[in-house]
Amino acid sequence: MSRKLFKFKGGVHLSEHKAESNARPLHAAPLPGKLVIPLRQHIGNPAKPVVEVGERVLKGQMIGAADGYISAAVHASSSGIVTAIGPAAVPHISGLPDLCITIETDGRDEWIAHAPLDYQAMAAADLRMKLRDMGIAGLGGAVFPSAVKLDPGAAHSCPTLIINGGECEPWITCDDMLMRNRAGEILQGVAVMRHLLGSTEILVGIEDNKPEAIAAMQAAAQSLDFAVEVVAVPAIYPAGGAKQMIETLTGKQVPSGKLSTDIGIQVFNVGTAYALACAVHHGEPLISRLVTVTGHVLRPQNFEVLIGTPMHTLITLAGERDDSTGALMGGPMMGMPMPDLEVPVVKATNCILVKSNALFPPLPKALPCIRCTRCADVCPAELQPQELFRFAKTGDFGRAQEYHLFDCIECGCCSYVCPSHIPLVDFYRYAKSEIWAREKEKRAADLARERHEFREFRLAREKKEKAEKLAAKAQAARTQAGLDQAKRAELPAAPAPELATAPSDADAKKALIAAALARAQAKKAEVAPKNTDHLLPATQREIEEIEARRAKIHELARQPLESEEKKP
Amino acid sequence: MPSPFILDRSSVTQVMAWVLAALLPGVAAYVWLFGPGILVTLALATVTALAAEAAMLKARGYPAKPFLTDLSAIVTAWLLALSLPALAPWWLIVTGTLFAIVVAKHLYGGLGQNIFNPAMVGYAVLIVSFPVQMTQWSGPLALTETPLTLAQSATVIFGGDVPKTTLDAVTMATPLDALRTGLLQQLTVDEIMTQPIFSQFGGVGFEWLAAAFLLGGLLLWALRIISWQVPLAFLAGIWLAAGFLHFFDAGRFGAPWFHLFAPSVMLGAFFIATDPVSGATTPRGKLIFGFGAGLLTIIIRTWGGYPDGVAFAILLMNLSVPLIDQYTQPRVYGTSGRGKEPPA
Repeated sequence: MSRKLFKFKGGVHLSEHKAESNARPLHAAPLPGKLVIPLRQHIGNPAKPVVEVGERVLKGQMIGAADGYISAAVHASSSGIVTAIGPAAVPHISGLPDLCITIETDGRDEWIAHAPLDYQAMAAADLRMKLRDMGIAGLGGAVFPSAVKLDPGAAHSCPTLIINGGECEPWITCDDMLMRNRAGEILQGVAVMRHLLGSTEILVGIEDNKPEAIAAMQAAAQSLDFAVEVVAVPAIYPAGGAKQMIETLTGKQVPSGKLSTDIGIQVFNVGTAYALACAVHHGEPLISRLVTVTGHVLRPQNFEVLIGTPMHTLITLAGERDDSTGALMGGPMMGMPMPDLEVPVVKATNCILVKSNALFPPLPKALPCIRCTRCADVCPAELQPQELFRFAKTGDFGRAQEYHLFDCIECGCCSYVCPSHIPLVDFYRYAKSEIWAREKEKRAADLARERHEFREFRLAREKKEKAEKLAAKAQAARTQAGLDQAKRAELPAAPAPELATAPSDADAKKALIAAALARAQAKKAEVAPKNTDHLLPATQREIEEIEARRAKIHELARQPLESEEKKP
Repeated sequence: MPSPFILDRSSVTQVMAWVLAALLPGVAAYVWLFGPGILVTLALATVTALAAEAAMLKARGYPAKPFLTDLSAIVTAWLLALSLPALAPWWLIVTGTLFAIVVAKHLYGGLGQNIFNPAMVGYAVLIVSFPVQMTQWSGPLALTETPLTLAQSATVIFGGDVPKTTLDAVTMATPLDALRTGLLQQLTVDEIMTQPIFSQFGGVGFEWLAAAFLLGGLLLWALRIISWQVPLAFLAGIWLAAGFLHFFDAGRFGAPWFHLFAPSVMLGAFFIATDPVSGATTPRGKLIFGFGAGLLTIIIRTWGGYPDGVAFAILLMNLSVPLIDQYTQPRVYGTSGRGKEPPA
C-alpha cells in the first residue's frame, strides 16, 4: 500500500461524529404499512408509472419505467396494493410535492419472479438496459443513472475505475457500515463494472478514519481473480467528492466542463457497487439501501431500509427525542432540510440527521465580507469565493460565470470557514438558478422567434406557390387551347375524310381523356411534394438553416441542466 | 435554511481581537522605550473611533451592536494612534480618527466596503494638513533625561500648560526625520548616522519597537490571520529598493537595514498592508501588492516631500487592488488557463 497520493487544494478538517452511529450493528428496518415511492429519484427523466391504482404489486415489480436514456426505473419495495398515484411530499429542497406511487403493503413481502443475470454472456448494451430497468443509480448522493456511467462510449474502455468509499461528510456512516459488512458483495459489483468498462486499474479510496472498512475491503479483495487496490486516503472534507477522490488517487484533475471519463476515469460509490451486485447476482432491483439515522436520537445507527419508507418511522426506531429542530437528509455540510418527516427514504437518502439546538445551533447573523480569503484558501475547486459572492450579490451573473461559478461543487467549505458567517453556498445556488432561469427564458424566446420566423417564411412561400400555381394553370389552359386549335387545324388533313369521322370521334374522346389525365397529373405534381421539391437552392438553404437552428434549440432544451457531479 | 449547517468557530470579532492582541507587544515596547504617553493617544483614539462608529451606524440605519463588537473600529484607532507622534495634540488624534472612521470607512459603505485603509487615510490627511504637529515625537527614554509621566503626557496632549523646557527635552526628530534633514544639509549618510538617535540597525529605541511589531506580526502569521505573501513581499520591496540605492551610493542613501527597522515598516507590513478589505486577494496579487508598497515606501522616503512613505505607499497600492486582482486570478480546478476564461 505504498501508492503515491496527491493532495487536492483546500478542504477543511471537521469534527467527524462518526462514532455515534457506527458502533451499533446494522439492522433491517421493519416493513412499513405504507410505502411512498417517488418516480423522480434520479437525475434525468422521471420514471413513467406502469401500474394502476388498485393493482396488486409484488416486491421488486417495476412500477415506474425508465423514460429515455438518462433515466431509471422504480420498483415496488414490497408487495401490496397501489392506493394512489399522484403528487406527494418528497425529500426535495423545494418542499414541493412530486409524483409518487403509494403502496399499502400486505405484510407478505412477496417477491416477483427474479433470477440472476449471466452478465458475462449478455451483450453490454442489453446488460446496461437491464440495469436501467432495475433502477440502478448512483447512491453517493447524485443518483445519476448507473447504466449511462457504465457505457465507456466511443473510447470502448475506461482504464481506471475508482470506487469511492470516502464518505467525508460528518455524521454519515452508511458506506462505512456497508464496507464493514458487505465488502464481498461490493467487490462483486465492482467485477460487473470492470466487465462493462474494460478497466485495467481498480482503486478503492477510503478515508483513513475508517480502519475497519479498509481492513474488510482489503480482506475481500484478496479472494478476487483481478487486482483491486484498497487505498487509505487522508480524512479531510471533501476527500469523498468524486473530483477530489480522483485527484487524491491519480493526481489528475477533471477538465472543467468535462466528465472524468474524458480522462479515462470513472467513479462509483460503494453503495452503487453493492446495488449492482444485488441486481446481477440475485436479480434484485434497487429497492433498499443503507441509511444512517443519527444526530439528536437516542440510538444513532444504520438501517437497511426499503425505498419509500417514511423517514419518521426510522427516527422512531432510533429513538425519537424531545426538542428536535427538524431533520436533514445527508450530512451537515451538503444535506438538505426536510419539509416534514413523513417524506419517504429515496435512493439518494444516505443519512437522516436529526437536529437539535445543542448539536446545530442556529447560525449567527451574517456580517459583510471582509475579503479575508479564507474561503479561497479552503475551496477545493480553487475558486475565489469572495469574488463569486460579490458578483452573485450584485447580480453580476455574467462575471460570476467568467469566474467559473459552475465549477463550484457546493461542498460548503467556504461557508464553514467564513468569519462573517455569510451563507456563501446559498448565494452560489441562487446565482446558478438565476442563470439557468435566464437561459431557459432565452431558449424559450429563441424557440418562439424561430417558430415565428418559420411561420412568416411558410406564409410567404405558400403565397408565392399559390401565385405560381395560378400562373401555371393559366399557362396550361393557354397551351391546351393552342393544342386544341392545332389539332382542329390538323384534322382536315387526315387521309380519308370518309374514314375520318368514326375514328375522329374516338380520337377526340381519347385526346380529351389524355388531356384530362395530363391535367390531373400536372395538378398532382404541383400540389403534393411542394414542401421539399422544386425549390430554389437559396430557399432550400434558408429552410435548412432554420431547421438546423430549431434542431439545435431542441437539443439544448433536451440537455439536462444539472451537472452530473457526484456529491461528496 | 440551507446547508452547510455547521460553522467554524471563527468570527470577525475573533480576527480583530487577534490583531489587537498582536499589537500588544508593540504597545508594551512603546511604553517601555518611549514612555507611557502612547497610552493616552490609544485611549483617545479608541473612544473617538467607537463614538464615530456608533454615530455613523445610527445615521446609516445599521444595528450598532454587531458592528461595534466586531472590534474593527478599535483596530483602525490603534493603527492610527501607533502611527502618530506620541505627543500629538488631542485634536489631531480626534480629527485623524474621525476622518478614518467617518469618511474612509462609513462614507465608502462601512465594514468591508472601504477601498482605502481607514487608518492610513486618517494619517495621510493629518500629515498633509498638519505637518508641524505631526513631528511632535517623544524621543526614546534612553536619550531623555527627565521623561514625561503619564499625567504629564496627558497634559501635553490635551494642550495643558507644560513648561516649554520640559517639552523640548523630550521631543526630538525621528531617525527618518534626522536622515532627511541631514541629507538636505548635504551631509553624507555616515555623517548623519553619528548622531545619538541612530544605532546599530535603525534608531535608538525605534529598532526595538520595530522588532516588537515584527513579533506581533509573526504571531498573526502563525495563527493564519494574515498570509505570508504581503509582509514578505513588502519587506522584500523595502530591502531590495533600499539595498539597490545604497549599493550605488552609500553616501546618499540609507542602508537597507535602517529602512527595514523603522517601526512604520513593520507596522505597515504586518498590520496595515495585510488589511484584507483594502488589500489584494489573490496569492500572486498579494505579492505584487506588498512588493509595490515596499518599493513605493522607499521611493517616497527618498524623493518625496515627507520623511516616511509607508502610508502613501499603501494608499497607492490600495488604489491598484482591483487591477491587480483582475490580472492575477489563480488557476481554477480543471482549467488550464489562469483566472477568467478568455473572451469567446
